Amino acid sequence: MIGVISYLVFFATVASILSIAVLGLNLQWGNTGLFNGGVVAFFGAGAYGTLILGGTPQAGQMGGFELPYLIALLGGMVISGIVAWVVGLLTLRLRHDYLAIATFGVAVAFETVMRNSDWLGGAQGIRGFERPLRDALGNGFSYNLAFLAFVLVVLIGIYLFLERLIASPFGRLLRAIREDETAARSLGKSPSRIRLTAFVAGSVIMGLAGGLYATFYAFISPQDVLPILTFQIWAMLIVGGAGNNKGAVMGTFLIWAAWTASGWALSRFAPMDVQLYTGSIQFVLIGLVIVGMLMWRPQGLFPEKLVVSQSAKDK
Amino acid sequence: MTALVAKDIVAGYVPDLPILKSVSLTAETARVTVIIGPNGAGKSTLIKAIAGLVPVSSGTVSLHGQKITNPRPDRMGALGVAYVPQSDNIFRSLTIRQNLDLVLRNAGKEAAARRDALFAQFPALADKQAEKAGALSGGQRQFLAVAMALAINPSVILMDEPSAGLSPKAAQEVLEYTRALTENGVTILLVEQNVKQALRLADQCYILADGRNQVDGAAQDLLNDPVVGQIYLGGKRVAPA
Amino acid sequence: MIQNLVDGVLVGSILSLGAIGLTMAMHMLRFANFSHAELLSIGAYAALVFDGLFGAIHPALAEAIPPLSLTWSLSIAILISMALTGVSAVLIDRLVFKRVRAKGGELSMVFASFGVAMIIRNILGLIFGLSPKLYSQDIVFAIVVSRDPFLLIKPDQVFTLVAALLIMVILHVILSRTTFGYALRAVAENPSLAQVSGINLSRMIVLIWLIGGGLAAAAGVFYGLTNQINPVLGRDLVLPIFAATIVGGIGSIYGAVLGGFIVGLASNLALVILPSGYSPAVPFLIILAVLIVRPHGLFGEERT
Ligand SMILES: Nc1ncnc2c1ncn2[C@@H]1O[C@H](COP(=O)(O)OP(=O)(O)OP(=O)(O)O)[C@@H](O)[C@H]1O
Ligand SMILES: [Mg+2]
Repeated sequence: MIGVISYLVFFATVASILSIAVLGLNLQWGNTGLFNGGVVAFFGAGAYGTLILGGTPQAGQMGGFELPYLIALLGGMVISGIVAWVVGLLTLRLRHDYLAIATFGVAVAFETVMRNSDWLGGAQGIRGFERPLRDALGNGFSYNLAFLAFVLVVLIGIYLFLERLIASPFGRLLRAIREDETAARSLGKSPSRIRLTAFVAGSVIMGLAGGLYATFYAFISPQDVLPILTFQIWAMLIVGGAGNNKGAVMGTFLIWAAWTASGWALSRFAPMDVQLYTGSIQFVLIGLVIVGMLMWRPQGLFPEKLVVSQSAKDK
Repeated sequence: MTALVAKDIVAGYVPDLPILKSVSLTAETARVTVIIGPNGAGKSTLIKAIAGLVPVSSGTVSLHGQKITNPRPDRMGALGVAYVPQSDNIFRSLTIRQNLDLVLRNAGKEAAARRDALFAQFPALADKQAEKAGALSGGQRQFLAVAMALAINPSVILMDEPSAGLSPKAAQEVLEYTRALTENGVTILLVEQNVKQALRLADQCYILADGRNQVDGAAQDLLNDPVVGQIYLGGKRVAPA
Repeated sequence: MIQNLVDGVLVGSILSLGAIGLTMAMHMLRFANFSHAELLSIGAYAALVFDGLFGAIHPALAEAIPPLSLTWSLSIAILISMALTGVSAVLIDRLVFKRVRAKGGELSMVFASFGVAMIIRNILGLIFGLSPKLYSQDIVFAIVVSRDPFLLIKPDQVFTLVAALLIMVILHVILSRTTFGYALRAVAENPSLAQVSGINLSRMIVLIWLIGGGLAAAAGVFYGLTNQINPVLGRDLVLPIFAATIVGGIGSIYGAVLGGFIVGLASNLALVILPSGYSPAVPFLIILAVLIVRPHGLFGEERT
């Protein structure tokens, strides 16, 4: 019984962390129409940033600055934001495909650099991170429960923040840009500036998710920032319904449950010689989910309430 | 005889946002019919709707008595209708000769002869046939566009402001050439901003504003009509209502 | 250094073939197709299958054409693979992209193309296994062209380069001498004028997929011939091919050819100063450099 509960806590923690990343993506894609093909890079920047800033010194590795945890977490977010700002600055005024390609490229480059730079942990990843408050909470179930509570608080905070943002004039502007760039420009707003803001903000939120993820495992390595994570996060958003924060969170729990369940079922019931291909089968499934949703239910399972923005109505 | 009839056309670029709210027009065979009106009136949209580039949501277009509403644009040539767009009406990255060969590519054995005939008609183009069309001057570009239209031996030509952006002399030349085409039995439906010039050479005239017919009649009459003269010929552009 | 140059040209020719189809489809359908590189994989594996098939039908076909490791059966298989891959590209468009196009915007197509890439890549892995394959088990020794500077070239590499260049020359002749080629260029420049000039757009889209798929298949086989075939071939080549299209300017066929060579050369020359582990990141640096210096590429036009 305690095993089940402790697994549920574990599951809920990871799903909540991923939900935060999905919310960040929703700000970019759902609300602003920006395609981010390299979610893992921003997630990873936050994760690596947090561990390097907050970790203990390790031989041959950069970092180990032992900053207070929350500052380290914040630092990770800032690093994500800087990466996003550079990429956005170069691509956001171009055709949208450039952003897709460049962000995809960032993710490839990020993984490559992390894997090959020993001073950034190399293929082994970053170790030597002490989870905050471990002395007070111990290392067991109670710690995980407390951490889940912390993650949930952050998730709710981000959720509320985004809901307010979307209802604000800035949020309306984002949707106006998404729907009709020319109209938005004629309002005298500079769409590329606003897009850049939304892109950086979304990436910072992904960085936060990455930081929490790395904290949870007290470890991060190139294996954690593989392209598949980007696809999973997309699938979560597309299934949930782009544009809708509640849907995004529900989509995350749904897809993460399906992913872990399918992995478990395959490893449990599939014959030995198929085991090697578990990953391939799961990847095909997630590809089918993405393509299938786009073909048959592009609005997602929990679609955005149709808010026709003022500019679209007036045209 | 009527060549082209558009009846109660409603059309637009996006669903539920008609640019043409209701437009009707008739183009007589071997005559010049001119469409004038303020900027944004929907003149180009009307021509595009006839050519199949903008979906017509209600109303009909007929050609020589046959309904052709919402045709596939690539089939218009086969129906004998050529269309010279307002801008970007030649392929700049192709040479002049390639532009013509492109429109002549279904003409089979006749293609070479027809191309030579066009070059004989437009010696200025013949001289530059191996040059990129993008390098042509404005007037020559219009002539190339007209030559491309003529290549398919059309019975009807839809022309959208062929004189726009040309020097007065070049504009006059293009318009006179257009007029001359009717002598071979070609029907011309022309959009023009040079209202006076257009009315002088046209037979029939339609005035559009805000996606609707405003006034129409024989070009001569409109030219002498004091009200029309004041609104449309005073040199002022009138904003759409 | 010289070795890097030579290798770079070779890889460049393969990237060029891949980039031509990508740039055409990207320009026409206005979306970044992340599944294009999977067509290279499809082509490489299709040729592997037919190579085996022909070799089994007639042992003489399984003989290598000296001094290459390329067999007669593989040479025929390449042609069949090109055709099949072209047809696959058309089918993928019919099954997925066309429907997504009808339902949503261009960006949904980008998502869909990622999904398609995942599906193809992993199905290939499931069918053919995750371990690398070779067209020929025979070892063909590289020829030492020169000792100082040291330069090794395999006969297959020379063949690949010549064949790739030949394909490009044929394409060039088609583009510059035939009305079909004019039509292709016309569609790329101005689709609606192309339509009113009597060009059937949907037929052109089919032809572009066919050509793009065929060229990708050739690239895939050439890659397999000079390296090895594995299911993640598409994953490894997608970014360099995108880089080639961006360097050349999206929509420019000649730009894609040049871009392919530039990316191939740059990636190999980068190895002179960078450890080889970093090479996957080089195309990204090239993309960044182009976006900073000349965002629309060498031959691209600004479009929004
Ligand atoms: N591709 C398009 N998509 C959406 N709206 C368009 C498009 N082209 C034109 N419009 C709109 O349709 C209306 C009519 O445009 P149209 O080009 O038909 O005018 P026009 O009478 O030809 O004007 P002009 O004299 O400037 O050529 C305008 O309000 C314009 O903004
Ligand atoms: Mg007009």
